Amino acid sequence: MTQQQVQTQSQGTDPIETLLRDYARQPGVADELFDADGKRRAVWTPFLQELARQNAAEVDRSFARADQYLRDAGVFFRHYSSEGQERDWPLSHIPVILGEEEWQGICAGLSQRAELLEQVVADLYGPGRLVADGHLPASLIAGNAQWLRPMVGVPPASGHYLHFMAFELGRGPDGAWFVLSDRTQAPSGAGFALENRMATARIFPPPYPRANVYRLAGFFRAFRDAMAQLPGMEGRRSAILTPGPSTDTYFEHMYIARYLGLMLLEGDDLLVDDGQVKVRTVEGLKPIGVLWRRLDADFADPMELNEYSKIGTPGLVEALRGGHPHMINALGAGVLETRAMMAFLPKISEVLTGGPLQLPNIATWWCGQQAERDYVKKNIDRMMISDAQSCALPFNIADTMALGGSFRDTARGSVEDWLDAEGAALVGQEAVTLSTTPAWSEGRLVPRPMTVRVFGARTPEGWTFMPGGYARIGQGDATTLAMQDGGSVADVWIMSEARAPRDTLLGADQFLREEPGILPSRAADNLFWLGRYVERTESTIRLVRAYHQRLAEADNPDEPLLLDLQNYLRGYGTDVSKPVPQSLNDLLKAAQTCAGRVRDRFSTDGWAALQDLSVTTPSMAGRTEAGDEAARAMRVLLRKITGFSGLVHENMYRFSGWRFLSLGRALERSDAMVSALAQFADKGASIGALDLLVEYGDSVMTHQRRYRIETSRQTVIDLLALDDDNPRAILFQLNAMCDIAEALPGAESGGQVSPVLRKLLPLKTELAVAHPDEMTTARLIALRGQLATLSREISATYLI
Amino acid sequence: MRYDITLRMSYDYGGLADHARNLLRLVPLDLPGRQILSSHILTIDPLPYERRDGQDFFGNATTHIAFHAPVQRLAITMRARAEILAADPALDLSPPLRALPADLRAARSLGSFAPHHFLGASPRVHPRDEMTAWARGHLREGGTVREAVLRIGAALHQEMRFDAGVTDVDTDPLTAFRNRHGVCQDFSHVMIACLRGLGIPAGYVSGFLRTEPPEGQPRLEGADAMHAWVRAWCGGEGGWIEFDPTNDVIAGSDHLVVGYGRDYSDVAPVRGAVRASGRQMSGHTVDVVPLDTLEDAGRA
Repeated sequence: MTQQQVQTQSQGTDPIETLLRDYARQPGVADELFDADGKRRAVWTPFLQELARQNAAEVDRSFARADQYLRDAGVFFRHYSSEGQERDWPLSHIPVILGEEEWQGICAGLSQRAELLEQVVADLYGPGRLVADGHLPASLIAGNAQWLRPMVGVPPASGHYLHFMAFELGRGPDGAWFVLSDRTQAPSGAGFALENRMATARIFPPPYPRANVYRLAGFFRAFRDAMAQLPGMEGRRSAILTPGPSTDTYFEHMYIARYLGLMLLEGDDLLVDDGQVKVRTVEGLKPIGVLWRRLDADFADPMELNEYSKIGTPGLVEALRGGHPHMINALGAGVLETRAMMAFLPKISEVLTGGPLQLPNIATWWCGQQAERDYVKKNIDRMMISDAQSCALPFNIADTMALGGSFRDTARGSVEDWLDAEGAALVGQEAVTLSTTPAWSEGRLVPRPMTVRVFGARTPEGWTFMPGGYARIGQGDATTLAMQDGGSVADVWIMSEARAPRDTLLGADQFLREEPGILPSRAADNLFWLGRYVERTESTIRLVRAYHQRLAEADNPDEPLLLDLQNYLRGYGTDVSKPVPQSLNDLLKAAQTCAGRVRDRFSTDGWAALQDLSVTTPSMAGRTEAGDEAARAMRVLLRKITGFSGLVHENMYRFSGWRFLSLGRALERSDAMVSALAQFADKGASIGALDLLVEYGDSVMTHQRRYRIETSRQTVIDLLALDDDNPRAILFQLNAMCDIAEALPGAESGGQVSPVLRKLLPLKTELAVAHPDEMTTARLIALRGQLATLSREISATYLI
Repeated sequence: MRYDITLRMSYDYGGLADHARNLLRLVPLDLPGRQILSSHILTIDPLPYERRDGQDFFGNATTHIAFHAPVQRLAITMRARAEILAADPALDLSPPLRALPADLRAARSLGSFAPHHFLGASPRVHPRDEMTAWARGHLREGGTVREAVLRIGAALHQEMRFDAGVTDVDTDPLTAFRNRHGVCQDFSHVMIACLRGLGIPAGYVSGFLRTEPPEGQPRLEGADAMHAWVRAWCGGEGGWIEFDPTNDVIAGSDHLVVGYGRDYSDVAPVRGAVRASGRQMSGHTVDVVPLDTLEDAGRA
């Protein structure tokens, strides 16, 4: 398509006009900023005025603030294709702005559509009239992987299959909106929309008047309240069911869980017990009332659905048959996402509601019928032909097999023959033209194609829609195919005529102090191991530092103590021949993995500190020499890791989560010290070993002050094992563990202490009265075994 | 013919299995005009904490069981008395294969016997060009659907070798087809893939075979354990026929149906999830004894 400058009325040096001087709209394409007559839409004016008021440097700074916010919040974008690849969140800083009246029209159309889809799905899992009456081909439903047979005849306890939906919308050349795709399985993007809003708000901080922009929080509150009002929710919890951290939308699951105060659970956290779905927590099994499912239904129960699923909950379907828990959305609702469904909905709307769709969907023809197939053939040059059963968005090009009459892979014969042979498996969809919206490019606004995702939630008062949305901004021509990978995303503002109602997650007159959530066992396990890994890293850094300090001072790199240290560290997987050992990266990676699984319970600052460590450590590896430099590098890492521990231990709320983290840390620290003492306080240890221990235990000053003599085995054992005031000493950590264990659930019941305390108390008592001479190497080795037993007992009692 | 059926299954979890949960499909179906289930009893040892009997989408009898205390071993016994009425009508009412799509379009139903469930891919069976091409080579020009089913079944029986040691429960049908060997599950999966490739709806049947043959007849393969065969849809008039490709026979008075499904995953006798540490061991025996013969023998 040739680009052609569309004249806009020139008003000399109007700064808005300057901004728009390169805004070259394409003919035959609708635009968000300009209406069909080429007039600028009034809803954009306040925004454009503010943007025009700033000079280039100010705009850059404003946009940078938004980007910084996203980075700080840890919002990232994960590519489907390249595994684990994360890149910066691709925010297009210019929001899409819509007027209230237009918005209300969209919402009315979507309400009708949501109700219609509810009726369709209820029929597909119920009486099956639509198929029997010929409004839907049986083969299309029966051949659909998302139509889940075990769910047929299982009505949802809530009375509804659909509770939360998203719709992908576009605006056609005639200026009217249409639906590109219905998302009913596990719609994502609402949390990202919220993040886009937070970021965009930083572009023009107050006093920029955003009073007329509708806020998003009320929508989330309405949905949270709707979940809590479902029948039978007393004493039950609501949770988000996630496939886990390897999903590309995990960040959003975590974000919404934190934002709404919901538990974030994986299939393995749940257990079906006597017809109830329960979560394993550190306080035992607790019933779940609502599961907001972000997991594809087929994976939800290996017993009756996909038998190879490793992320499901066995027995979930059977529990649903008994009416528990409420599912958002019902398992099997994903069948509505099928592309071919779009071909039948206009007619089904007439049949079920007596009227046409208020908001049309993308024109779609199922090629399993002769007349439709012929139509597609005749209009092949403006058709996208793809898998009829695909649930992907229409602009997912990977799914489109033929476009404009040619195959995307050229190895086949004619498209016509193919349609005849495999018509029932194919749909044709009109290769629609989307509208354009302003995007920022090199100091000016340029038109870019866009789609908007709108979110709807069922409430007792009917469907309500998030007054905003998640816009995707494409590149190049305004066809749907411009929306594939590589585009950016933008906030959507709905402008009120008057001031928009103020609304945050907390109601104006209510202050909710929620119970601190019960800790799921898996989260506790990850926190426990996070504590252990971070402490293990610190302990390794200390030993590596001690090694390099001595290496720098030593005349001979083969000094016995250096060799002992080398061997000792090798026993822990650390090879000191590399100045920054690989094991440090591995340990940090393990810590990060644990932290990544509990990010919903973890401060953003703490996460950032851990990220910083994992970036710094490998970066030092290439440019650090053994000896002094390595020792200095270790000092830097030690400062950073202490910073992390400080953040976590100073700022984390003293609840179960913190306790398991601290328990892990204390256990690891005792274990590391016992092990070091067994090696370096042994009678046969090399010269200098005792001083090494005192330094490792960060107790040089204390030792000097306390004993005023040279180190001896007795003084070192006294200070590092038996001292209850030295945070590096074993007894101190045993005391700390006892304090924590006494605060854990079930510490005492019926006059019996918990199994964990039963293991801990004798150890603590023994060390409290022991004489240094009694702490022989043999005793220390035995103590390590007892600590390992203790760790297993903690796992068995709380973590599995 | 009436039969007494005894099925014994045992599992030894090695270590302790925590929160074991199983879905059992072991009880023969009651099928008007095809087979009558007179009585049955399914016992589970140790006694499960939860047990619920029900039906799945295809009408198969299901039993859900769960244990909330650790179990070390599990013994399942199913006894049933059933009568097989089936005499397959030799009359071929099925349409020519090329007319089958019209019959399919006319079948506007998603009920459990609707043919549409049994076309295309199912969890364990995906039609593959290689198998479809082979199947096409065994068709007679202008032949009926039923004829196609019998020809392909016979051809598979001829080319595939029954061998209990070469495949397992998760073997892909294409692998079994390429190697031309396997057990009843593989024979059935391959035949289903071939038929679906030709557009013939085909499903999986699990069930029991009479253990000892009538005098003078050979013992059927697969009689020592649960057996599997194929069900194919021969159009609106022709209906469903059941064919046993392992033995190259139309399933008749020796084939007792336990479950219908798209493939093994829909009718797996025991589906389960355990959090177990040790290695699992299992055992499985079946006895299908004709009652009338017993009575005859008693009288003699």
